[in-house]
Amino acid sequence: MIEYALLFAAGCYGIALLMDLWRIVLGPDSADRILALDTMVINVIALLVLYGVWRGTEVYFEAAMLIAMVGFVSTVAYCRYILRGDIIE
Amino acid sequence: MLRRLIPHPLVSLMLVFVWLALVNKFTLGNLILGSIMGLVVPMLTAAYWPDRPTIRRPFKIAEYVLIVIWDIIVANVQVAWIILFKREADIRSHWIPIPLELTSAEAITVLAGTITMTPGTVSATLSADGSCILVHCLHTDDPDGIRDEIKSRYERRLKEIFP
Amino acid sequence: MPFVVELLIAIALVISGIFGLVGSFGLIKLKDTVQRLHAPTKATTLGVGGVLVASMIYFFAKTGNVSIHELMITVFLFLTAPITANFIAKAYLAKNTKPDELPGASGDFGWSIYDDPPGSDKAG
Repeated sequence: MIEYALLFAAGCYGIALLMDLWRIVLGPDSADRILALDTMVINVIALLVLYGVWRGTEVYFEAAMLIAMVGFVSTVAYCRYILRGDIIE
Repeated sequence: MLRRLIPHPLVSLMLVFVWLALVNKFTLGNLILGSIMGLVVPMLTAAYWPDRPTIRRPFKIAEYVLIVIWDIIVANVQVAWIILFKREADIRSHWIPIPLELTSAEAITVLAGTITMTPGTVSATLSADGSCILVHCLHTDDPDGIRDEIKSRYERRLKEIFP
Repeated sequence: MPFVVELLIAIALVISGIFGLVGSFGLIKLKDTVQRLHAPTKATTLGVGGVLVASMIYFFAKTGNVSIHELMITVFLFLTAPITANFIAKAYLAKNTKPDELPGASGDFGWSIYDDPPGSDKAG
């Protein structure tokens, strides 16, 4: 049963990633693209944890944690660049 | 002297807990290493962080966290419902300015985060002197009701926690 | 693994998958940028939260050790999601809206993206 649920959730997040990509292509504003990229990061974290459960190892949590941190910092850096035209003043 | 050694006791506790959670194994060695981290890191960064936030009623925090978690779950279902079953033309969004009675930076940060995570509202920006917060509401017919609910549900409780 | 535990894990996984999908669907469906901000910040936190709860139950049932690792990711995401949403909203407002398109602030000062804080002679 868990296998089917895993497959379903992975499918959902796969489709979600495609929708995010569509929003990145469509735009129209850079804020939309940043938002879509941030959503992609969150979906990728979910996919990584799902893969970890599927393989039955906990190795992938470090990767998920790191992606969460890097994703957050990159989103903030992007927004700061738009707000101020500079990242570190 | 103690103030010098442990400038931020809560941060020290949190660092020990985070270290134990990261290594994900509770042993004596990990506890000692985590405690060293919890002591050294606040000492080294104390110069950049002179003030200590004051918290009046610690037990109120648990109540607040539980309310917010429940609201997050309700908010998810509500927003999902609006996204799936409402036609674009029926969604009425509003900008709502909310005057604040909170003054400390920590309290306003917590309030802004709570507003973003709970039913259909996102906090967008503060006024320049920090006395008013701008909130965007996804769908409502009654902007004043949303304002009153945020003020009575979250701000009143935060005012009890932060002086 | 007992049937009830498997059922719990499966339910958590299915719910989280649906919420993740709805969050990204909202990103496509809603027509205004600030409206779109609502969809991912809410729906995906519960989505990822569901996956992490499922994984916590799974590894607890498999090894017998309580794993608080997943809780760290959940807490981190719950703390950072409002901050990113706030930053994106600010970036959008600063670039696309004029001050008179928004309702005025109740105090003496305007919104911080247009006005300087009191007691400063330059922005920042």
